[in-house]
Amino acid sequence: MSETTKDQNVRVEAICDQMITMEGPLLPILHEVQEEFGHIPEGALQTIAKKLNLSRAEVHGVASFYHDFREEKAGKHVIKICRAEACQAMGADALGDQVRRHLKVDWSQTTSDRKITLEPVFCLGLCACAPAAMVDGKVVGRVTRDRMNRILDEVGA
Amino acid sequence: MSIKVYVPLDSGAVALGADEVASAIASKAEKIGADVKIVRNGSFGMYWLEPMVEVETPRGRVAYGPVSTDDIDALFAADFLKGGEHKRYLGRTQDIPFLKSQSRLTFQRCGIIDPVSLDDYRAHDGLTGLENALKMSAADIVKAVTDSGLRGRGGAGFPTGIKWNTVREAPGDQKYIVCNADEGDSGTFADRMIMEGEPFVLIEGMIIAGLATGATKGYVYTRSEYPDAIRIMNEAIDVARSAGLLGASVLGSGKAFDMEVRMGAGAYVCGEETSLLNSMEGKRGVVRAKPPLPALQGFMGRPTVVNNVISLCSVPVILEKGPEYYRDFGMGRSRGTIPIQIAGNVKHGGLYEIGFGLTLGEIVEQIGGGTATGRPVKAVQVGGPLGAYFPRELFDTPFDYEEFAKRDGLIGHAGVVVFDDTVDMMKQARFAMEFCAIESCGKCTPCRIGSIRGTEVVDKLERGEEPELQIELLRDLCETMKFGSLCALGGFTPYPVLSALNHFPDDFKPRALDIAAE
Repeated sequence: MSETTKDQNVRVEAICDQMITMEGPLLPILHEVQEEFGHIPEGALQTIAKKLNLSRAEVHGVASFYHDFREEKAGKHVIKICRAEACQAMGADALGDQVRRHLKVDWSQTTSDRKITLEPVFCLGLCACAPAAMVDGKVVGRVTRDRMNRILDEVGA
Repeated sequence: MSIKVYVPLDSGAVALGADEVASAIASKAEKIGADVKIVRNGSFGMYWLEPMVEVETPRGRVAYGPVSTDDIDALFAADFLKGGEHKRYLGRTQDIPFLKSQSRLTFQRCGIIDPVSLDDYRAHDGLTGLENALKMSAADIVKAVTDSGLRGRGGAGFPTGIKWNTVREAPGDQKYIVCNADEGDSGTFADRMIMEGEPFVLIEGMIIAGLATGATKGYVYTRSEYPDAIRIMNEAIDVARSAGLLGASVLGSGKAFDMEVRMGAGAYVCGEETSLLNSMEGKRGVVRAKPPLPALQGFMGRPTVVNNVISLCSVPVILEKGPEYYRDFGMGRSRGTIPIQIAGNVKHGGLYEIGFGLTLGEIVEQIGGGTATGRPVKAVQVGGPLGAYFPRELFDTPFDYEEFAKRDGLIGHAGVVVFDDTVDMMKQARFAMEFCAIESCGKCTPCRIGSIRGTEVVDKLERGEEPELQIELLRDLCETMKFGSLCALGGFTPYPVLSALNHFPDDFKPRALDIAAE
């Protein structure tokens, strides 16, 4: 076992210890692990499973069920564009096409320089200021073509 | 004394630049030496006016909007701190027609108060409902809620009082109140708005639900897409705990209730109550077969009330003003008020709380002001991605659970999404199937496989491969999904698909033929 994997395990165990008394601790643990490492590292599944007295397969089943949990780290910047109906009514499809063309990626992919990850999101609750997006956790409403170009500039795409 | 300036912290307002506006006002005020106190309030829900800045003046709060950072110098020059005239001036907030014509019961303080100030909440009659409930027996609280006619605002419309009574009578050493704040329907944002703008009303509603059923622990399960709502709810819970509102003895009554927020992980299906409970227990968010009802075997197998945010937030006003007061709003079997969320391609998008009974046409044309693009309205989807598309011909439908059901629709969580005449209804039908395929939990076949087959059938239809056969197949598939699915995801996906097909048949003609004709 390499030093970094060992450090990782120590940290994952600490997260588990901190949350194990919660009722239904697995989702909060997975969120915390992802917050710490930027994804759910392969090795973390076994550590969590042991701590919670589950099988590794069960933990993998849960982690892979939810769209939020990543197997790999995202790019430096994450752009989420809402693809749901209220945003569609205000041109979200065209906005998605614009960004995919610009970044040369499809939905849920990362640019080859690992700089930007593009993700679809189904509703940010900004349906009265559509189309909406979330850039590195910050919400943006009424995203026009120009506004999106400025955002892409800002993240260096 | 410093002048109070209100700039919303609501994420809708922030998405339109409220944070930048707030800091621009603060730095300009500092530069000219004006004594200004900026309060970050919730939103009143008039999103075409956001960011809407308000100033407290001797004649009441006056509003300016939509304000951008470019307007700040001119606003100061126009003496807006004294309510001066400016092109963004909207008059007194309470006189803005969109707001004035509402009946705000559930959202009565949203926008008015500082969301995390318990003193502010109390000063506006907050906690009166809870104080009344503390003097009542559990059975009497349940009776008040039953008599009010309140039905589940998440979409199913099940009478809240009856659900509470089942939990109250269920034996169990530990019972739970679970607030379903997994608001994933496109076109809806009422839960987000009230959690960000008036979190104490949800806390108060959950405590009352606890008193009525004997539950001592509450959870708010909300979405990871709502980081601001989570932050504000957590802050309010901390404030409530230090003030003795939550804890071992609620307001010194000797009765215990505490609560916490749980974050989902981007699964739409977890808005379904049984998959929500599985998710909270740390499992895959798959649907459970009913029975057993969550009221008897819910979270951790114990008796659990699962209520939508808006249902719980409507409880304090019922206990404050009495069940008759609430019941007198509305029509038919849909009693009380409903926060309608007007969204999509609409001029005046926002939240409009009113008694049930307005027609869809009144909501879209009069209150919403028609489309934002100025083009004619073609279709309106009511009730989220599983709701039906209504054509203009059905604009006389009153906003009421039963009236919508009669026309093969549903009001759901009361989101109204407007589309102009450029919308392609075949594409919308395909999207409904695609969305179901992406979000299906996979437990039942009609939903998991049916949705995939649905997208394929629509694709064939678009290519002009035996169109009549495809339409027959699509209808047959919808029938299977509707009656064979375990939950509303697969079961209601046919609503948008069939309504698009029935009301807009011209959009389902093969595209290949159009090209050939040209």
